Amino acid sequence: MSTLRILVPVKRVIDYAVKPRVNKSQTAVEIAGVKHSMNPFDELSVEESVRLREKHTPKTVEDILAISIGPPKAADTLRTAMAMGCDRSIHVEVPEKDEMLEPLQVAKVLKEVVEKEGRNLVILGKQSIDDDSSQTGQMLAGLLGWGQACGASEVVLDGEYLKVTKEVDGGTEVVKGKLPMVVTTDLRLNEPRYASLPNIMKAKKKKLEKKKLEDFQVRAENRLKNLKVTEPPPRQGGGKVDNVDGLISKLKELGAL
Amino acid sequence: MQSLSRATLRALVRSNATRATYSSRTAPGRILSSRVLPLNATATPASREFATQSTRCYVASKEVKFTADNYPNVQRDPRFSKLTREDVDYFKSVLSSQSSIIDAQDDASELEGFNTDWVRKYRGQSQLVLKPKSAGEVSKILKYCNDRNLAVVPQGGNTGLVGGSVPVFDEIVISLAAMNSIRSFDEVSGVLVCDAGVILESADSYLRERNHIFPLDLGAKGSCHVGGNVATNAGGLRLLRYGSLHGTVLGVEAVLPDGTILHDLQTLRKNNTGFDLKQIFIGSEGTVGIITGISILCPRRSNAVNTAYFGLDSFDHVKRAFTKAKKDLGEILSAFELMDGLTQDLFHKTTGKPYPLSDRYPFHVLIETSGSNGEHDSAKLEAFLEEVMGEEIVADGTVAQDETQAQTLWRWREGLPEACAHWGGTYKYDVSIPLNDFYTLIEDCRKLFDDAGLVGGMEDDSKPVIGVVGWGHMGDSNLHLNVPVRWYDKKVEGLLEPWVYEWIEKRKGSISAEHGLGFAKRDFVQYSRDETALEIMRRVKNTFDPKGIMNPYKYIPTD
Ligand SMILES: Cc1cc2nc3c(=O)[nH]c(=O)nc-3n(C[C@H](O)[C@H](O)[C@H](O)COP(=O)(O)OP(=O)(O)OC[C@H]3O[C@@H](n4cnc5c(N)ncnc54)[C@H](O)[C@@H]3O)c2cc1C
Repeated sequence: MSTLRILVPVKRVIDYAVKPRVNKSQTAVEIAGVKHSMNPFDELSVEESVRLREKHTPKTVEDILAISIGPPKAADTLRTAMAMGCDRSIHVEVPEKDEMLEPLQVAKVLKEVVEKEGRNLVILGKQSIDDDSSQTGQMLAGLLGWGQACGASEVVLDGEYLKVTKEVDGGTEVVKGKLPMVVTTDLRLNEPRYASLPNIMKAKKKKLEKKKLEDFQVRAENRLKNLKVTEPPPRQGGGKVDNVDGLISKLKELGAL
Repeated sequence: MQSLSRATLRALVRSNATRATYSSRTAPGRILSSRVLPLNATATPASREFATQSTRCYVASKEVKFTADNYPNVQRDPRFSKLTREDVDYFKSVLSSQSSIIDAQDDASELEGFNTDWVRKYRGQSQLVLKPKSAGEVSKILKYCNDRNLAVVPQGGNTGLVGGSVPVFDEIVISLAAMNSIRSFDEVSGVLVCDAGVILESADSYLRERNHIFPLDLGAKGSCHVGGNVATNAGGLRLLRYGSLHGTVLGVEAVLPDGTILHDLQTLRKNNTGFDLKQIFIGSEGTVGIITGISILCPRRSNAVNTAYFGLDSFDHVKRAFTKAKKDLGEILSAFELMDGLTQDLFHKTTGKPYPLSDRYPFHVLIETSGSNGEHDSAKLEAFLEEVMGEEIVADGTVAQDETQAQTLWRWREGLPEACAHWGGTYKYDVSIPLNDFYTLIEDCRKLFDDAGLVGGMEDDSKPVIGVVGWGHMGDSNLHLNVPVRWYDKKVEGLLEPWVYEWIEKRKGSISAEHGLGFAKRDFVQYSRDETALEIMRRVKNTFDPKGIMNPYKYIPTD
């Protein structure tokens, strides 16, 4: 049985129960004063890492390291990850601005951390709900030359191997790969726990290491520029009909009958 | 699996949640997947938000007995006329839309929903439901009914819990459902003016878009009307913070039984010019007139809201936590809700959701803070949490890390009426008790039922009672004693009444803190109010409704 040293990247995004609004200049969504939380897929990664530890003998998971590349407040997200069970974290602080880093830049930072911190398993969300790029995990696996299993709905550790059930269109696919590996999480993987009060308190004392983008071999400017962001056309208000006959004639009028 | 964007996630959540009524949303670069996950999806982050599945459809299969048969001592008042075809024709002639009338001759089954109350304890036999679209239409209807001696029941969302919103016999139901427009909102003063039939949640969503909040929130928000809330003087989850409707409602528009329209939609906060007439309507439960519009002062929505959920070992610990919360959280404390352990078991059992904490405790408390400065609030909350944990006042707890968790934690409080209704019905008592004796009522009541051997728990189907549970707005000294049952049983009722009322009277509490009197409490009001007060109430009633056609057989004894 090999010892796992897990890296869990987490991202601070607009809370998914909040309705994002596009800014006046239509270049981005408003972020000031809007509630932010951990990307839901990343909650699944954190939970899965903690469960791997709980499921196996004490030494199986040596250490779970959370990392976030984000604005100063991303530190709160890391505290949440640690309250859920991560051991320590790294915060690569970047200024809060409308344009976020692209997946390749993020993957490059992660690669350096993986190498420096001797990781042999990275569990990421399959996407983050703000830009929906769905690329970071794959790029990271490519940069590292590791195997990847994306969209996991079940992860089983078996000696040197991981058996991962993946969700594919209309069914599932089960793959097996040798560590080190990159796994991305899908919705049905698990149900994340609530951070308990004692653990929230403990998380405050866990180690949170601050870094800057300059500490890594990446260029800060993006390759793509956001030209325009627009909301979908507003929904047409529904009409009311007086009775069944009215409904039928309306449906006929619309060509639905 | 295809890309699952925030929109898809939300669609998935929305299709299951009773709470969320948001419009679809977007963000840059978002791939809007057209595919929605199968609804039986399990164990997703979204699934934590899934609200109770409709537990009520289970109950709905059982027939509710007519109130008239169940309570033979209440007799139909012979002064009231019986509805004729001519009456219906008249109403047809004054109502602008034919969909405003539901008549037994057209569709008897559609009348059922208006005749049966939310608790499924009371069922009337009305043959006619009218849904006027304006105060003018209400006026014509009432004037005619008054002249003809036809009794009426004003009805909002029909979520009242004391049998006040449904007919006892054949009273005409006047539903405000078709009067549902927002009339105006002033962002500077925060004054909202709207029709009585606006659904509470719609009003709140409208205000949310404008960074404000309706000063009242309660579990029935998706169905109850703001007019119904005012008519019952509903208290709800945030009274602690925003105060009672007697303070926030600034004016009403109401129609008196003789057809007079009182246009008193004041938008002023201060106005000492004579009797404050709106106060008569607040909490009048449809007995003096029909409220058709309200104006209400709405506070700005707090942008920093925190929700915490605790487990505690005894009621004494709960009291200490409450004292501390008032002291340490002060003005940002917006809710302090108590739920006993058994309530959480019922919710767990009926929804299948995992308990929020690793253990189940004898008492659970839900705390909410709302403020304008996130960092300031967090600092306060953290200091509070550290103290209550450090001093072992709370045994365990959690703080919502995101909005979804907050909403899910609230379900463990807001979903309780539904959880209790799951087995068939609930005997409900909504009382105010001084905090020292607060939980003793539940303990005493539990003993009463245990001694009588009527409790079967969740498993034993041969006994009527599931258990005796308590929860409530502890911040307002308001306790809900609930006895969920498999079937309504005279033996159970006989044990409870007047026992509960006498218990309350001895401790100088109120037999109805916020749900009102309706049909259920009419004959018990003397446990909380003296004869002089009742006599003056009768005079008020007579002044407004001399013929007694407004919501008869309810509220206070008329003689
Ligand atoms: C799940 C659930 C949770 C609840 N939680 C709370 C709570 O926390 N706090 C609380 O105080 N209550 C609570 N209630 C009960 C509460 O009284 C009602 O939900 C609500 O205030 C009633 O509004 P409604 O529109 O449904 O009125 P209805 O039930 O239709 O009517 C209630 C009474 O008001 C009268 N009425 C209604 N509309 C008008 C009008 N326009 N003009 C004149 N009279 C009218 C009716 O005749 C009736 O007597 C809860 C109910 C449920 C089902």
